[in-house]
Amino acid sequence: MSFMDLVKALLNKNPDSKEVAKERLRFVLVHDRTSISPEFLDKVKEEIIEVISRYMEIDKEATEVNFHKGEKTAMLEANLAVKEIKREVKS
Amino acid sequence: MGEVIVITSGKGGVGKTTTAANIGTGLSMAGNKVILIDADIGLRNLDVVMGLENRIVYDLVNVVEKGCRLQQALIKDKRNENLFLLPAAQTRDKAAVDQDQMKELCSELKKEFDYIIIDCPAGIEQGFKNAVAGADCGIVVTTPEVSAVRDADRVIGILEASGLSNHRLIINRIRADMVKKGDMMDVEDIIEILAVKLLGIIPDDEKIIVSTNRGEPIIANDTISGRAFKNICRRISGEEVPLLDLHEKDNIFAKLRKFIRSG
Repeated sequence: MSFMDLVKALLNKNPDSKEVAKERLRFVLVHDRTSISPEFLDKVKEEIIEVISRYMEIDKEATEVNFHKGEKTAMLEANLAVKEIKREVKS
Repeated sequence: MGEVIVITSGKGGVGKTTTAANIGTGLSMAGNKVILIDADIGLRNLDVVMGLENRIVYDLVNVVEKGCRLQQALIKDKRNENLFLLPAAQTRDKAAVDQDQMKELCSELKKEFDYIIIDCPAGIEQGFKNAVAGADCGIVVTTPEVSAVRDADRVIGILEASGLSNHRLIINRIRADMVKKGDMMDVEDIIEILAVKLLGIIPDDEKIIVSTNRGEPIIANDTISGRAFKNICRRISGEEVPLLDLHEKDNIFAKLRKFIRSG
């Protein structure tokens, strides 16, 4: 914070519009950069099922893959309904 | 072997076409053989900015559809011997050219020209994808506004995803007085937020409007924005040139003040 910023903060003046712009821009970019299209998510889901299916029988209908984003973090959540674990890999 | 540079922005109206015209003119003034391609099919404008609108016979679509030879469609610039324009078709749509055709055209032109400058349409749809297809590198143009910078970020993301990683940014229409007052984002802020290499900055300059009215790129005149474009061209050619000081105004009083101060 520069001296002028400090003075402004002390005087409780409105922040410069430039600071407002930067703040808003940062916010929309976080959102934009972590946005995922439904097609992309479908592809991820399909490939997850494909890999897991080598080891377990998966109920595709009951499987859900979701993407959540917070302010600073993003989380991929996959709920796979397992019907049966394949015998040959159990040992 | 020439270099294919695509001028793009995402958002419309930030100065892509003006930038393309000036960079093309500047590179040719420096002795390079340059071709400008207007890839904005259906909304052609580069011809008007260059002042060549009366000379169009054939266009980009005629060339890729082999309706004419490439040489027949090329329009020679009024002022520079080694500058040519390949105009866009006005009565067709973006689907008239595909990505393979653009790639083929670019690799053909690379044999003959030092620089191929492509003016990309606004948006990120088909027209953008076609314009970018044959490019070696991209120049992203933005202005210091939230909407334009946001769109620039989208475009940079798409360029990177399609394998073009050596793109650089031009920030257009900077107003030094507003930056100073804290009412406009400054260059450092934008570069930091976008995490991209800066190619140059251009001040908001009425003279650009005047020169566009006349169909003459500003780079040929000794104005502050003309100098800004000259610096950009030198950087494209690989020179290290310091950023322009936008606080310097090119009117006689400022020059006089500067002279008195330095004297």
